[in-house]
This record gives sequence, C-alpha cells and structure tokens, in this order.
Amino acid sequence: MIERWFTRALAHAVLMLGAAVMLAPFIWMILTSIRPADEVFGAVFKLIPGRFAAAENYSRAFFEGNLLRAMVNGAIVCLGILAVQLLTAIPAAYALAKLRFRGQGLLFGLVLFGLCVPIQVPALPIYLGLAQAGLLNSYFALMVPFFLTVFGMFLFRQFFRTYPDEVLDAARLDGMSEFEIVWRLATPAALPAIAAFSVFSVVAHWNDLYWPLIVVTSSELATPPLGILAFRDTESGGNYGALMAGAALVTAPLVVAFLLARRAFVRGITMTGVR
Amino acid sequence: MSSARARAQARAGSAFALPAFALIIALLLAPLAALLALSVTDYRLGAVVVRWIGLDHYAALFSEEVFQRSLRNTFLYVAFVLPGAVFGGLGVALLIHARTRSRTFYEIAYFLPVTATLVAMATVWQFMLHPSLGPVSRLLAWLGFGQVDLLNDPSLALGTLALIGLWQVIGFNMVLFLAGLSAIPRDLYEAAALDGARSAVDRFMRVTWPMLGPTTMFVMVTSTITAFKVFDTVVVLTRGGPLGSTETLLYVLYLEGFQYFRTGYAAAMTVVLLAFLVLLSILQAKVIDRKVHYA
Repeated sequence: MIERWFTRALAHAVLMLGAAVMLAPFIWMILTSIRPADEVFGAVFKLIPGRFAAAENYSRAFFEGNLLRAMVNGAIVCLGILAVQLLTAIPAAYALAKLRFRGQGLLFGLVLFGLCVPIQVPALPIYLGLAQAGLLNSYFALMVPFFLTVFGMFLFRQFFRTYPDEVLDAARLDGMSEFEIVWRLATPAALPAIAAFSVFSVVAHWNDLYWPLIVVTSSELATPPLGILAFRDTESGGNYGALMAGAALVTAPLVVAFLLARRAFVRGITMTGVR
Repeated sequence: MSSARARAQARAGSAFALPAFALIIALLLAPLAALLALSVTDYRLGAVVVRWIGLDHYAALFSEEVFQRSLRNTFLYVAFVLPGAVFGGLGVALLIHARTRSRTFYEIAYFLPVTATLVAMATVWQFMLHPSLGPVSRLLAWLGFGQVDLLNDPSLALGTLALIGLWQVIGFNMVLFLAGLSAIPRDLYEAAALDGARSAVDRFMRVTWPMLGPTTMFVMVTSTITAFKVFDTVVVLTRGGPLGSTETLLYVLYLEGFQYFRTGYAAAMTVVLLAFLVLLSILQAKVIDRKVHYA
C-alpha cells in the first residue's frame, strides 16, 4: 500500500518536473508580456510584475510592429493553400481509390515518391521560375509550392478505399455523375479526414519559415514567423515586454485551437505518424 | 459492369487526376529535372553565360570545409536529439498512460510546444537564455555554474539548440507512444502475469517493449528526419554561429542558394540532401510495413 502510494507520488513528481520545463517558456512569455520595461531590466527579480503593462505591450506589438498585417497574411496564405489542396487532392484521391483509368499506377507511384521530398528540394528551381516570371514577393509565390499535396492525396485515398462500393454503385444507378459523387457523397463522408488534414496543413504553413524567408522581402507580405523576426530586429533595443506580447499573439491562434478541439488537433498533427 | 460505364469512369478518373498530374509535373518533376541539370553547371542567379562543369560541384562538396562542417553539425545534432526524443517520449507516455484524473493536464502540457510557432517560441528561448536577464542563466548561476552564455559559446550552442529541438518534439512522440500503448491488448499482461511476470519491470520487458517495437522504430525514423531538417532555431538564435558551430545542412543550403546565389552548387547540395531523405523514407516505409503486421 505504502509502496503503491510512493510510486504514484514519484510518477507525479517526475511528470510535474517535466511539465514545468515544457510550460516554462509559455509562462515566461506571458509574464514578460505584461511586465513594464523597467522591471524587465530591474536589478530585483520579481516573478509576478509589480505593475501590469499588458495594455501598452500588446498594443505596441499589435500596432507598431507589423504583426497584425503578418497574421492577416498568414490567414490568407493558409486558407488559399488549403482551398487549392482540397480542390485538387480530393478528386484525385477518389479517382485513385475508386476508379480505373490510364496512368493510375503511375500517379500513385509519383504520390509515394513525392512523400519523401520536402519543400527544400524543389525550392531552388521553383524560386528561379518565380524570379524569371517576376512573381517573387506575392501571395501567389508564398502559396504555389504547396498547392501540390501528395500527402493529402495519399491520406484521402486511404480513406476513400474504406468507402463501400455498394453505395457508389447505387448512386450511379440513380444517375449521379462521378463529379456529383465526389463532392456530394464522398467529401461529406470524409469530413473527419478532411478536418484532420486541414489542421495539419494550417499548422504547417502558419509556422513555416523556410519558404517565406526565401520568396518574400517586402514587409507587406510577411507571414507570422517573418513578422516576429522583423519585430525582434526593430525592437533590438530590448523592449522584451512588447516582443513577448508579439510572440504570444502569433502563437495564440494555434494554441487556442488546440485547447478547444484537442482530439481533432492531435489527430491532425500526428497524422504523419499513423498514416 | 457495362463497357459504357467503364468508359465513363475512365474518363472521370482521368479528368480528376489531371490537376494532380499537372501539379506534380510543375512542382515536383520539372523542379527535380532542373535541379539535376543545374547541379552540373556553374549557373549563378543572373548569369548570362552558363558552363557545363560535370560533377565538379559534387566533388567540391566533399572537400569544402563549410559543407563538411554542416554535415558534422547536423549529424551531431541528430545524435543529441534522438535518444532524448525516443526514450523521453516513451518515458513520459508510460508515466502518463498510468494516470487517470491528471492525464488530460499532462497531455496538454507536454503537447503544447508541438502546436506553438517555433520561430516565436525561439525568441522566447533567446530571452530565457539571455546571459544577464534570462531566468535560465540566473538558475545556472544559482546552481554554481557561473556566468554561462549558452548560445554564444561554441562548445555549447549546438547542444542548446538540440535541447530546444527536444523540447519541441517530445510531446509529438509522446502522443505516438500513447497510441501504441493503448493498442496493446490487456490479456497479454494477464498472460504474462500467469507466466510469472510479477514486477512492473518484468511486464515492461516481456510485453510493453516488444509490442511497442514498431512504434519505437517509427518514432526513431520520424525524429531523425525532423532533427535532420533543423532550420528555424538556427535562423532565429545563432545564424550558424558562434564560429560555425551551429551551421547545419539546411542553413548552409539556404545561404548558398538564396543569399550567395551560388545556384549550381546549391543544386548539387540539394541532390545530396534528397538522397539522404529518400534513404530515410525507404527505412520509414519498411517500418510502416512492419507495423501493419503487428497491428
């Protein structure tokens, strides 16, 4: 009995210690974002701020930096990418899973090959192409490499394969075209997979640094990570309160979404793990 | 199925696959072909004359110090992150799996770093590690380590980035291990108990560890790929310094291709990178195959 209690207490102690390390940056970020500058640099260290400076720090991050713009850009880019991904990947995946057509094996082979090619590989030629066409520094440049999602095609194909053929045949007998079947039958049935994929896609592109860093130089088009980097460099004098407020603002949408829809969120992010 | 229906399906299939084919050609195959072609030329962005130089770039890769160092640093980084990512993730999952009421809290706490924007959190880490203002430095000083500047010490910077990488990836692996744990049938433990597996260690060695084998392999490969692609924290925190001690493959590739515009050279580097990643992915596919057999 006592031994049982002891192991449980030990497990909690270890987990709490780990959780403290995991959460420390978040807590520090929030605490600093409501701390006035003189206390950040103060000789005496206080965990809880003596005076709350949340309003000035957050409004500075929101309006003086470029973060508001960057977050709007992030939303535009993420939604644009997701829309094209779903529009192209769903029909292709349905065709791969349920139809017979020429080039089917080839397409699936290319999808499997594409799964092991990250953005850093085609980045250089795509960049050159965009530069040639004078399209750098545009929303299009930010989005275009991700219009292709072999992962989405693979995932939706796996999902559609489990869809019963009898239902499809019945729909065909009723006179539904394949086009109607995809969008009115298969897509609603695939909503859980679509939700998980959407989480995966939005998280990846909201947080992406590599590609935006390459194609965007104008601050008008900065995505959230670029916005934070630029804000840090302009605040190099060391207004840590505002910088931490900015970090909190950029991190907040995904963290809040995670807390609100935990199961769907975890499923989306770890999809790479269970595919 | 009537042949008219089969023809209609074939037409629909081709039509549905057409955009996908177009995207694959434009964004995957054509860039790959261009990459191979560029890698055997001396092309630099904006150059008018392009010369064929054969495999010179590839040969240069194996003698150039910066690339060699970035290769070393990247492998070192992977070696730092991997054990903690696998065994840390497994350990946390084992401890959390046994909890009931507190499970949700721990899951959220450990998964939070996975969801957060790494660039933003890296600026937080930079502040946390600030030599005079940061709480970590104060803690280290209080513990008697003296004044340490983790990100500006050539012998410590890469390890510090690895710890931040570990901080981000451990929750992801925990979730994978938790899924693996809940897939283990209960009666296996009962059978093991009948066979005389009394202690928790016995049960772990006889049931949990073998049953988690495929998950563990999978976690190892994905963690390796993730660590291999370290980039964000390098850009935000060290820019390859101090003294090149945190120059990693992707960071050097980014510099060569998009800052110095040595396009042909960067293309050759990308081909080598792709070779590594394809190798890892084949390994990953093998692992997934194995996983299917167990499931």
